[in-house]
Amino acid sequence: MLGYLDRELSGRVRPDTSTDRSGDPILVGRLEKLDRRRFLQLTGAAGAFVVAFRVLPAEAMQPYPTGASGMPNGTVSDPHVFVAIAEDGTVTIVAHRAEMGTGVRTSLPMVVADEMEADWARVTVVQAPGDEPKYGNQDTDGSRSLRHFVQPMRQCGAAMRAMLEAAAAARWGLDPKQVKAELHEVVQRADPSKRLGYGALAKAAMAQPVPPFEALAFKDESEFRYIGKGEIRIVDLHDITTGKATYGADVRLPGMKYAVVARPPVVGGRVKSYDASAALKVPGVEKVVEIPGSTPPAKFAPLGGIAVVADNTWTAMQGRDQLKIEWDDGPNGSYDTTAYRAAMSATAKQPGKVIRKQGDPDAAFAAAARVVSAEYYEPHVTHAPMEPPAAVANVTADKAEVWAPVQSSYGTREDVAKLLGLPIEQVTVNVTLLGGGFGRKSKCDYVQEAALVSRAVGAPVKLQWSREDEIHHSFYHTTSVERIEAALDGSGKVTAWRHRSVAPSILSTFAPDSGYQFPIEYGMGFVDMPFDIPNVVCENGQAMAHTRIGWFRSVSNVPRAFAVQSFAGELAHELGRDPKEMLLELIGPARIIDPKTAGMPKDFWNYGEPYEEFPIDTGRLRHVVELAADKAGWGKALPKGEGLGIAAHRSFVSYIATVVHVKIGDDGAITVPEVTTAVDCGYCINPERVESQMQGAAVMGMTLSLYSAITFAKGRVEQSNFYDYEMARMTRYPEKVAVHVVPHPFPVHATGVGEPGVPPFAPALANAIFAATGKRLRDLPFGDTLS
Amino acid sequence: MIDLTVNGRAERHDGDPAMPLLWYLRDSLGLTGAKYGCGVGLCGACTVHVEGEAVRACMTSVGDAAGKAVVTIEGLDPAGDHPLQKAWRQLSVPQCGFCQAGQIMQAAALVATNPAASPDEITEAMSGNICRCGCYQRIHAAVRQVVGGA
Ligand code: FES
Ligand code: FES
Repeated sequence: MLGYLDRELSGRVRPDTSTDRSGDPILVGRLEKLDRRRFLQLTGAAGAFVVAFRVLPAEAMQPYPTGASGMPNGTVSDPHVFVAIAEDGTVTIVAHRAEMGTGVRTSLPMVVADEMEADWARVTVVQAPGDEPKYGNQDTDGSRSLRHFVQPMRQCGAAMRAMLEAAAAARWGLDPKQVKAELHEVVQRADPSKRLGYGALAKAAMAQPVPPFEALAFKDESEFRYIGKGEIRIVDLHDITTGKATYGADVRLPGMKYAVVARPPVVGGRVKSYDASAALKVPGVEKVVEIPGSTPPAKFAPLGGIAVVADNTWTAMQGRDQLKIEWDDGPNGSYDTTAYRAAMSATAKQPGKVIRKQGDPDAAFAAAARVVSAEYYEPHVTHAPMEPPAAVANVTADKAEVWAPVQSSYGTREDVAKLLGLPIEQVTVNVTLLGGGFGRKSKCDYVQEAALVSRAVGAPVKLQWSREDEIHHSFYHTTSVERIEAALDGSGKVTAWRHRSVAPSILSTFAPDSGYQFPIEYGMGFVDMPFDIPNVVCENGQAMAHTRIGWFRSVSNVPRAFAVQSFAGELAHELGRDPKEMLLELIGPARIIDPKTAGMPKDFWNYGEPYEEFPIDTGRLRHVVELAADKAGWGKALPKGEGLGIAAHRSFVSYIATVVHVKIGDDGAITVPEVTTAVDCGYCINPERVESQMQGAAVMGMTLSLYSAITFAKGRVEQSNFYDYEMARMTRYPEKVAVHVVPHPFPVHATGVGEPGVPPFAPALANAIFAATGKRLRDLPFGDTLS
Repeated sequence: MIDLTVNGRAERHDGDPAMPLLWYLRDSLGLTGAKYGCGVGLCGACTVHVEGEAVRACMTSVGDAAGKAVVTIEGLDPAGDHPLQKAWRQLSVPQCGFCQAGQIMQAAALVATNPAASPDEITEAMSGNICRCGCYQRIHAAVRQVVGGA
């Protein structure tokens, strides 16, 4: 989610070069249409996010600024970078973002292919190595890939199409206006029997100058072949179903060794002493290597420990079992999450640092007829991607090459170069498929470990984490207490809202810990609370980190949506109202929230997006609530022990509402026969993958709600594998997930999809359980059976 | 010395017979279709067939497979066109895909022994296979499509 954070904090953010490098005026100014297919740049000032007028939805493509220009290395749209055409007509398109299951490796190349009129059947996708100066930003997180790259990829495709047309026109001695590209051929408008294939034109087309943005003609939405259709299958589908797809752990190099690492059980701990003699006696074990430890804040530096190198993974694991290591636990050796929770809870009862203030909450609370309050808790969680971290590295004296499942390939390259003291040009990061990421694989500690071990043994090394390693040594989702109080007047109207959030911050992984959160965390469902309440205060209480805190899919939105949307349900009950009607009343009328009058902080973080382009629009939030409720048959009579619950949340600038239908068995077992999700993600580029992301979000939501808890005692994680860190299985999954996407034309900007489906699930389930049983659950996880 | 066949080929293992079949397949034979997900029989990512039965390769030693026929996802169908593989593609089942070889091998053993498996039997048979991405709906639908004779 925050993949660029590290670079920002270490002061290495490069200036935004998206405007001068590839001629992407698309991102820096508002453009006005000259005619249906031509655009003229209105303003050219970088960062000129002041919008003079709103997009008219009837138009096909009005370029708009996005947060991409604020990301390291911005965007690139040059066809020479992303497209190659072979003489046989095969079009190769580069995917520069990492594939971890969202479908981005298909969706972005599909945009290029569509805009350049390529026949998808003749398109091959290749994965870019980590090289942001060449490809633009590659941090695949924050649900940003499509919202930042749909425009540059359209530009890239349109430019390529223009070059093909120019090449054909030149060959025929015609004006380019007299020809047009059509499904892998350029045809003469006057005589469509005259055609030249892309293969025949390849060389000449690539020799054409890349047309400037102003000269490009974009397709009208009605002309899209693939975009918005959801009919293109993911490019790796055949390889995945036949076992040929290559993930990090599947890479094999000649002479490769296999390594596993014994790491300090407590973050910041060190090897005091160790005895490897028994490990070295295991046949096949070749070497042990000590990896230096790190003291937080250490970003993605390895935790340290002892690596065992062998001729296969199993032998390395056996050798590791034989290590005798004495650890020095360091200051985090007393971390105990039970005690920590009590401390967070006590903090949440006290005033905290005021982050947002609107109106006069104190006066409103003093004048309240009654006050409703509740406290919600979420423990630490780890990502548990199906593929535990793994990486292959080949480090020689002056070069390093790695193959790894990483969300941030260029960040990995920077970190490995720094670690090894090599110039970045001497480091190559090849990106494999990711067997799930969820934020874990934004942090490249495992790649750094592989690089160190490879250097130490002078051979290529595959470094594999076991499932236990993954659970014991994560960058954990924060644990949090969210306390909400509402003041009600005599008529049952909510007059004031106080939300106190207490949670150790991700920032502690990057910088000395203050115990306070930072704008990115505040922006995720806390200070952006959209309810129409006149007096609001959001306070942050101090909570020092005692483990590595990192981002997990949807990040702080998970505990915030759980608290805010559960609390909306509690208010409904308190006031004897229908929960959906209560939620709509809280959201209030359709409006664009003005962060200033709402008392939001000056540095309010809007998922990195310019607020004018991606404002908080309560009309869109209301609409998904109504749509989900309507499709779920809100209000229908249900048998005893069943109930519907609703929750809605804006995150990653998308609007999602979810209705969960719960069924409580006679034995208390919680099952979910049906989930209905309404999604407003702006223009929907690949509806099929949006649906699959929402289905997956419901399953992950189920896992988070019922099972996920990482607890610490004596600084050590108490869970180890799927027997005590459980996952929703087919016996306990939402059997039916109906996904309803709000249709929009292209000018309604594409927004996030990978993460926003998750946050509404837990509160919708909690509200459903309340509807079914009258039992209010405020602590995650619930367990799969009500006691 | 252990002789076995893997995807129809005779193979010989001269290392420790206790080596899990998973690591033998992956590290010694280079057949990386079966995945490591947990190592303790809890996720099904490593599922292969031994004598037609779905087993967890992480919990099966090479010694256990002595003299037996092992089939991995790479050998399920020569062209990759097993009805389940086709159904998986028709319904675009995978997200990250990491669990899917194990899911398909588990389902293949089910449909071979119970070609008319009921929805509940499918759920039961597939419940040992975790999909962290949450493709269960489509996995269930793909198996249903095959047992339904589509
Ligand atoms: S790796 Fe064998 S069951 Fe998980
Ligand atoms: S598709 Fe990712 S774990 Fe199943």
